[in-house]
Amino acid sequence: MLELECITQVFGGVRALDDVSFSIRQGDITGVIGPNGAGKTTLFNIVTGIYSQTSGRIIFNGNDVSGLAPEQLTRLGMVRTFQNIELFANMTVLENVMVGLHTRSTSGLLACSLRMPWVVREERQIRAGAEKWLDFVGISDLSDIIAGNLPFGKGRLLEIARALAVEPTIMLMDEPAAGLNNQETLGLASLIRKIRDLGVTVVLVEHDMELVMDICDRIIVLNLGRKLAEGTAREIQENPAVISAYLGEDN
Amino acid sequence: MAKQIPSECNVLKRELYKFLLFTVLVLLTPFLIGDGYMMNVMVFVGIHTMLAIALNLLLGYAGQISLGHAGFFGMGAYISGILTASYGFNPWMAMPFAAFVVGSMAFLVGLPILKLKGHYLAMATLGLGIIIYIVFNETVDFTGGPSGLSGIPNLAIGNFVFDSDMKNYYLIWSFTLIILLISVNLANSRIGRALRAVHDSEVAARVAGVNSRIIKVQIFAMSAVISSLAGSLYAHTMTFISPASFGFNFSVELLTMVVIGGLASAYGPFLGAALLTLLPEFLRAAHDYDIVIYGLLLVVMVMFMPGGLVRGIPDLVRKIIGSNKGDITNA
Repeated sequence: MLELECITQVFGGVRALDDVSFSIRQGDITGVIGPNGAGKTTLFNIVTGIYSQTSGRIIFNGNDVSGLAPEQLTRLGMVRTFQNIELFANMTVLENVMVGLHTRSTSGLLACSLRMPWVVREERQIRAGAEKWLDFVGISDLSDIIAGNLPFGKGRLLEIARALAVEPTIMLMDEPAAGLNNQETLGLASLIRKIRDLGVTVVLVEHDMELVMDICDRIIVLNLGRKLAEGTAREIQENPAVISAYLGEDN
Repeated sequence: MAKQIPSECNVLKRELYKFLLFTVLVLLTPFLIGDGYMMNVMVFVGIHTMLAIALNLLLGYAGQISLGHAGFFGMGAYISGILTASYGFNPWMAMPFAAFVVGSMAFLVGLPILKLKGHYLAMATLGLGIIIYIVFNETVDFTGGPSGLSGIPNLAIGNFVFDSDMKNYYLIWSFTLIILLISVNLANSRIGRALRAVHDSEVAARVAGVNSRIIKVQIFAMSAVISSLAGSLYAHTMTFISPASFGFNFSVELLTMVVIGGLASAYGPFLGAALLTLLPEFLRAAHDYDIVIYGLLLVVMVMFMPGGLVRGIPDLVRKIIGSNKGDITNA
């Protein structure tokens, strides 16, 4: 459902990504791994419209989406989360998720200013939808807390709830386990499976190998801006090129 | 202890009660202060509140600065003034026409300049305000130039002319209350949330599907429309306008009102507007030192009430009540 064709990104003289191609299958949990500086986050930023690539194409559901803005991709069903959690820090937990339902509602500036009857109805639906997603990730007891006051782990869950509220068909997660303790990481693994079971295709960039090997149907390994390997967890673990990239070249 | 979660109904009810209480206060104020010079000052408080609400939508909610709002205020005043005084239009027709022109202009200008952020946006809006100010001064044939435009008619309904401070007070404040209600509605809607989201993290708001560029331009235009309306009302109340009222200083004063009152709050703009309009009147007793005291008060308030009056006053009250309670239990 998502295909990357020959993505190349050049920053100044540095080739951050060099001719990377792969495709993501619908319904899979796909992991993108690689040593530091492999280009994982750059790749994510390109796919989700934060950067635009030097060359190459991104095909999403059969359409070329290269160069589309994040909000356009969201409307097509692609959503992402951030490594350093991007929350609306001055809004409540519930309001954060309500913003996620922005594309699921239509009231305009004028109608909202005058609080027309249909705005009130829609507002009720937005609220109910947001409560549902908070419940899904298991933080509905925190709905009135200001998001900026949440502990990191809960903030991560909130960001996921907000992303789900968009009702995406594909969700890209940038290092979702970063900063989480063991207990929280276990919870995250089962949450990601739950998200997949909703029919959402999941792609994650991750450093936590245990998590990746545990939940990913397919793994793509990047090294120094190039694709090094692609396969199931077992295939990747046995791949000599991957082992040498991670452990260093052996003379 | 389980905290009572306020349901949607309760939040809206609380907003409604606050609004009704405020409306009653507005209606009663003339009976408390009598029909004198203070009524004239209260008319200004109303106009300034409207402007502060407009700027708060942009600065407080969307987080976008404008140093040119006095320009929109002035355009509303001049378009209304010229159409009625020089061309004999009905003021009730001139007002919406002015608002439409100013709103359209703000929309078109907003498209390019709201791509700028922070200091650069401040510079661009500053430039816009200054250009508008220069136009008021230089197009003497239309605006009367620096010596101003006089003979602007009062608003009237049938034979009832709004020609006294008391009448204008109720006229201006009816508009101010409507604008206040609109801002409360907007803040608690999907658009208000989208604006606050853009303020907190633009990239996350975009990923959530908010078209940040358009929504910023929309709120900029809406803010300009409200400012223009305030300008028209100002012109028809004063019956005389001159460029001096719409300069850079006034843009800064508006910004100060919003910040002192409390950003992103419904009643903060009123508190800021009231304070900054009333303070100079009270400080007049201090003669030459008034501007020094005025400046000091602002500095102290920003230092000790960073959330503005709207959050600072309740905190202060809580502290005083809290320490009293402490005394009682100690005794």
